[in-house]
This record gives sequence, structure tokens and C-alpha cells, in this order.
Amino acid sequence: MFEASSLNRKNLRNERLVKASLGLMTGLLILPVVLILSTLLYKGGPVISFEFLFASPTNGMTAGGIFPALLGTILLVLVALIASVPLGVAAAIYLSEYAPDNWFTRAINLAIINLAGVPSIVHALFGVGAFVIFFKFGTSILAASLTLAIMTLPVVIVATRESLQAVPQAFREACWNMGATRWQTIRRVVLPNAITGILTGVILEVSRTSGETAPIMFTGAAFFLPLLPQGVLDQTMALSLHLFVVSTQVPDMPEELPYGVALVLISIVLIMNSLSIALRMYLRGRKKW
Amino acid sequence: MSANESNQPQFAIDTDKLNLWYGTFQALFDVDLQVKRGIITSMIGPSGCGKSTFLRTVNRINERLGYVRTTGEVKVMGENILGPSVELVQVRKQIGMVFQRPNPLPISVRENVLFGYRLHADAGRIPRQEQEDIVESALRQVLLWDKVKDRLDAKATTLSLEEQQKLCIARLLPVKPSVLLMDEPCSALDPKGTEAVEELIWELRGSYTILIVTHNMAQARRASEECIFMLMGKVVEHGDTGDMFVTPKNKETADYIEGRYG
Repeated sequence: MFEASSLNRKNLRNERLVKASLGLMTGLLILPVVLILSTLLYKGGPVISFEFLFASPTNGMTAGGIFPALLGTILLVLVALIASVPLGVAAAIYLSEYAPDNWFTRAINLAIINLAGVPSIVHALFGVGAFVIFFKFGTSILAASLTLAIMTLPVVIVATRESLQAVPQAFREACWNMGATRWQTIRRVVLPNAITGILTGVILEVSRTSGETAPIMFTGAAFFLPLLPQGVLDQTMALSLHLFVVSTQVPDMPEELPYGVALVLISIVLIMNSLSIALRMYLRGRKKW
Repeated sequence: MSANESNQPQFAIDTDKLNLWYGTFQALFDVDLQVKRGIITSMIGPSGCGKSTFLRTVNRINERLGYVRTTGEVKVMGENILGPSVELVQVRKQIGMVFQRPNPLPISVRENVLFGYRLHADAGRIPRQEQEDIVESALRQVLLWDKVKDRLDAKATTLSLEEQQKLCIARLLPVKPSVLLMDEPCSALDPKGTEAVEELIWELRGSYTILIVTHNMAQARRASEECIFMLMGKVVEHGDTGDMFVTPKNKETADYIEGRYG
């Protein structure tokens, strides 16, 4: 009575087939990640040393370390953050808390989403035109960072807006009904409850910014510099561009050195992403409404 | 109450030909209501009759919806709150609102009580002792002090719903409002919580003018002194609660009270 009928058997066979092939697809998806990471670790791991991280390149970049590039990437990201976070957070607060819901606001939101879709090379050319030439910053950390900032603004705005909107409307109404102004409401209730979400967005921005190459290669990142940058109007080396250079532009490059650079770069990105995930998990665990 | 009691108007809320439209839909028709100062008045009526709309007009919370249009006059404590020189912050300070769902802020019990006070206090810190006094007196007034005095630093969202609703009433008191509007304040509570909150509302009678919107006929009967029956955006009957429930003057009121519709 309870044995499988032939129709059952056919369905069961299909079920197993579908499950297996879906699993296979997922496995294929993970494969590149595993391959990239293991290759990098295998080939680049031995290169990593204190000296590699904290010394300058020597012998036409075929020996020595990557310190100027590492420092340059950190500087570029830092200046980009200083420019984009206040701007992005302010814009998101306005859009989420003040702007009326009309066609104009919707148009702005659409523009922000489209800005996120602009290819990075287009941002790079905009950066050359706007910051290098028009504002006369020259090819410099400032110009490169501002270009990065423009490119990552949508990320900051969207992440901030989402975390603001995750704060229940009832809290705002409670405040307004006690006579709080909008700003009092935002400062005392909305922002404190959204701040971890905003931070998550900022960290994601860091991870994205640190790997970008196109936006900085025309605006401030240099092939090779004998000296460290002295200020934001100097050029700098950067990890992403350095990786491109040592992989393709320098003859007689020891095979494992580019792998080392790539490993450092991907480590920065992975560390930032894990931080952001950890923060989000912590935040989710703490929420009680 | 305050020393100038004799100067205060007889009616806490006094509307004259109040009409309200949501877009093209008219929700209130020529509402003339005089709510007496210092008593509890309940508003009953079927869903969509305009009672919540009326409540939301009295503290001007409706205006946030851009498509609302109002004509007529709403006087609160003798002053027209729709007037041009009226500052919303002052209106909200005078008129406290309690919602269906308790909405304590996700901060400590103590800070919830002090929140409104801090908003309206002049710049500068409030002395520790004054803070303690404000918190204790507000929580005592809402019959919550004994239950939460050891949990003042706990997050308000960890309290039970009944305690949260009492806290939401308590945090209105330090800014000394004259009118408390309550929009079905017990509908999210269990019977025991409802009883406790009703008891508290009854306690506040005299010190504040209280206007409660309720779907619960028994609650209106138990917990109010005057009762307003609304239907289709119009006031049908307004009178002493006892009289209205025993001998309604109006056929529609009688039908509604007896549960023939609503």
C-alpha cells in the first residue's frame, strides 16, 4: 500500500537529479574563489614578510617590498572616506528624513542608483576632467581620492538610507508627538539606532575602494615613485596599480612577487568584508524591536 | 491645577465647523464639539466614522499627509491651533498623544520619561536630583513606579506591553500637557492590561483633559464621563456617558450601542 508507484519513482528520480545538478552549480560557483585564494596563498604566501610589507621596492621593482603602494592605498581610501562619508550620510539623511515623496525625490533616487552603475573608467575620465584639470589639483592623491569618493557615494547613500529606514516609524512618531523637531528626532533616536548599519556601509565602501584601479590610474596613482608622498597634492603608488605594473609592465619580474602583491590586496578586501559581516551580525543580535 | 484656574476656559477642546478632506474624500463634516476640561471623554463609532481623524486633527498630526485639507476652527485651551502664528512644537507639548501600539523609544525607562522634558528644557544639563524627581513623579502618576523602580536603566522595550503603554503615558507628563489624546490605548493589551491602563486613565482624571477613541463599548461606559458618538464624519450625539448608554436620544446611537452595526 505504501510502496512507491512508477509515477512516484519517476518524480523521485527527477528530484534527485535536480538536487544534484543544483548542488553542482553551487560547487562550480565556489570553485574560482577557492582556486584564486589557494593559488595566491601557495605562490604568494612565501613572499609575505615584514620586509615585504614595510620596505620600498628596489631593483626596478623586482625586489624589495611594497610599502609605498600599501601606504598609498591606505591614504587614497582614507581621503576618499573623509570626502564621501559626510556627504553621503548627509544626503541620505535628507532623502530619508526630510525630502517629501514626490517625483523630484524619486528622480534623485534614480540618479543615485544610476550613478552606482556608471563604469569605473567613466568615473576616471570624469575625475581627470573635473579634479585634475578643472580644479587644478593635478594628478594627486586628492584628485584620485575625490574620484573614488564620487564613485562610492551611491554605496554610502544607499547603505545609510537603508539603515535609516530600518528604524521603525513608530519611534519617529513618538518623538514628533512629544514636540521634537525633525533634527532632534534624528539626532537622539534615528541616528543612534542606524549608526551600526551606516558603519557597515562605510566598511564595504573601503573594501571596494581599495581594489579599484581605473579611477586612480589617470588621476593620482603613479607607476613608480622613489619617495613617499608628502601631502595630498602629491602622487602616490597604490596596491592595485602596482599589481598591474609588476604583473605586466616590468621585465625580469620574479614570478612569485605579483602573487604576493595580489595576496596583500585581497587580504585587505577580505578583512574589510569580514569586519562588515561581523558588525552586521552583532547588530542583528542586539536589536530588540 | 495651576493658580490661574479661574482664567482657564471651560472647554479644553472646542471646534467650530471643522471640515476635513483627505484628497477629495471628506472625512469630517461641520464638527462642532466642546470637550470639557479636566474630564474623560470617550469617542465611539464604527470604523471610518472619523473619530481617529478628529483626534489627529486636534494635535495636527494629520498634516504630515500632504493631501489633507482642513477648514473651520479648532481651539485648544481657548486658542485656535490652526492659526498662522501657532508653532507645532508648542501644540505637541500641550497635547500629548498615546497610540494603539505602545511605542516606547529603544532607550532606558528613565530616559524615556525624561525624553520630552529634555526636548523642551533650556540648554544645559538637568541636575541629577531633578531628574530623579521627575522620573519618580511621572512613574508614580501612571502607577508604574513600584513595578519598575529597580529597572529604570533597563531598555524600555523589555517591559511588558501593559508597562510599555503606561510608560508611554508617563513620558508625556513631565512637559505638563493640558490635553491627553488616546487612540485606542488598550487595543494591543490583554484584558488584565486593559483594566490596569483604564484604572490609570481614571486616576489622571481632573489633572488632565482626556479624550479616548475606543472600539470597546464597555470601555467607553466604564472609563469615561462624557461620550461622543460619531457616524460618517458627523457627531451624532454627545452627552453624559451614563445617560447615553441608558437612554440614547438618537436612534443611530441606540443601534450602535446595542451592537446592530459597527
